[in-house]
Amino acid sequence: MVALTELTAYELTEKILAKETSFREITRSFSKAITDRDPKIGAFLIQNRSADKESEQLDREIQSNPKEFFRQHGPLAGLPIAVKDNMCTTDFPTTCASKILQNYTPAYNATVVEKLRTARMPILGKTNLDEFAMGSSTENSAFQKTRNPWNIQCVPGGSSGGSAAAVTACEAPLALGSDTGGSIRQPASFCGIVGLKPTYGLVSRYGLVAFASSLDQIGPLTRDVRDAALLLSHIAGHDPRDSTSAPVDMPDYSLSLKQDIKGLRIGLVQELMGKGIDPEVKKAVQESAKVFERLGGVVEETSLPTLTYALSVYYLVATAEASSNLARFDGVRYGTRAKDVDDILTMYTKTRAEGFGPEVKRRIMLGTYALSAGYYDAYYLKAQKIRTLIKQDFEKAFSKYSVLIMPTSPTVAFQFGEKTDDPLTMYLSDIATIPVNLAGIPGISLPCGMQNGLPIGLQILAKHFDEPTLLRASYAYEQATSWHKQRAKV
Amino acid sequence: MTLTEKEVEHVARLARLGLTPAEKKLYQEQLSRILDYAEEIKKLETENVEPTYHSLPLENVLRKDVVKQDVDPGKMLAQSPSAEGNFYSVPKILD
Repeated sequence: MVALTELTAYELTEKILAKETSFREITRSFSKAITDRDPKIGAFLIQNRSADKESEQLDREIQSNPKEFFRQHGPLAGLPIAVKDNMCTTDFPTTCASKILQNYTPAYNATVVEKLRTARMPILGKTNLDEFAMGSSTENSAFQKTRNPWNIQCVPGGSSGGSAAAVTACEAPLALGSDTGGSIRQPASFCGIVGLKPTYGLVSRYGLVAFASSLDQIGPLTRDVRDAALLLSHIAGHDPRDSTSAPVDMPDYSLSLKQDIKGLRIGLVQELMGKGIDPEVKKAVQESAKVFERLGGVVEETSLPTLTYALSVYYLVATAEASSNLARFDGVRYGTRAKDVDDILTMYTKTRAEGFGPEVKRRIMLGTYALSAGYYDAYYLKAQKIRTLIKQDFEKAFSKYSVLIMPTSPTVAFQFGEKTDDPLTMYLSDIATIPVNLAGIPGISLPCGMQNGLPIGLQILAKHFDEPTLLRASYAYEQATSWHKQRAKV
Repeated sequence: MTLTEKEVEHVARLARLGLTPAEKKLYQEQLSRILDYAEEIKKLETENVEPTYHSLPLENVLRKDVVKQDVDPGKMLAQSPSAEGNFYSVPKILD
């Protein structure tokens, strides 16, 4: 008998419909898994002690007509979910894993949180992250370490490391993360699960604590592609409260779950298959290309030359936007305030000095410098122009190919402390994910191999709002392989 | 190094970040290294290229000028480290 916690979210809904289990039993199993495993894994900053009770309520409601319940509330309605702690929840603190917000409980819910409530999905808890989503290993959390369930000496990736670890350790069937430079896809890759960054503007950013406003997106972390497609259908959609939200009609993503990719033109991006990428990772991606060919896809090598500049562009643009977005943390309206201060300037400088961790300070400084008088043209403006060139490279590629493939990360999960000495070394782990946010296109990471017991991730990209093709290519690959069936032993 | 100590102090002041002498030195080194890496962007020709500030070509997203109250002001004031009545209270700003 497979444990409930090891099933996918969709499989859990099938069990509910077959009356083989109840929402209470499901939520309880996950609550117990958190209690048993999280002391070792550290995925959650806070656990919802009322989740079980919320589920009991659902069982009473669903009694008469389970089919109607899902029809009314959505395909994954009622299932428990973990939420990254940079999304506002009125019922729980929202700390962004920072000391400056350690006592902050929002007065409003993020739009995605409201959508989860409408879908009657209990929140299992808020998950750990790199402080203010700045990082690639979750080591920058001010509060705790999160460990990779495949190897606890290794990082789970970042910044959505808590959400990724929770799903991987079977502490949650589903999780939400956010992605600014790879923060959903890279942890998904390190943890061997599915992580999807939707097209910019598809999911509302209202209530997501902003890091880089032109790059941030919320997305699903799940055990398989079907779950990702179904969770996406719950959270996507135009939101008048987010002025960067796209006024597009949302297709039915479940219709993309077909295995037919005959004739699909696939570009294998050369700039991300060169030096700097681990040979085992390259091999796994090349094997994946063969899988696509066996399924009838046409794979060709292709070049996007401007991609090699993406890292520099990102660390000027994202930090510039971050310096602006984090200016609001000043001890005035929310969060912590420094004590023993006599004047306003000291209140600001001391509050922020005490409240922010080193990586956050580094990025604020870098961004401030890039925007400052005398440097704006050479750094920020120049970077935004190269961003246009990167976008154009993708447009050219998508005129020939329906999807692009490449590794998600140059390596598998590294050990704690391995990349913390030199910030640049850490930043280089995002070279494959960053260009995607700059262009605003959607990207997904799927497990495609293992190296010494650690997962390897395959990244697939599509053009703006073409989640249907992206999901179809992903589903076809996944169903032709077994990587998604693996479960980490905790 | 690309960044001078004075520049680090200037940037820290702009960003309202209080830095210790050790931090100033550390960030001077680390930020200089990152900026050195980013120098590569100078290689690309961008004379006639428009900057991309947003990946979605949305413009002038407006709403009707109608007063809405989504959040309880009382709750928001309660989150402040120091509030008096309808005001946030802070140390002296002007002499």
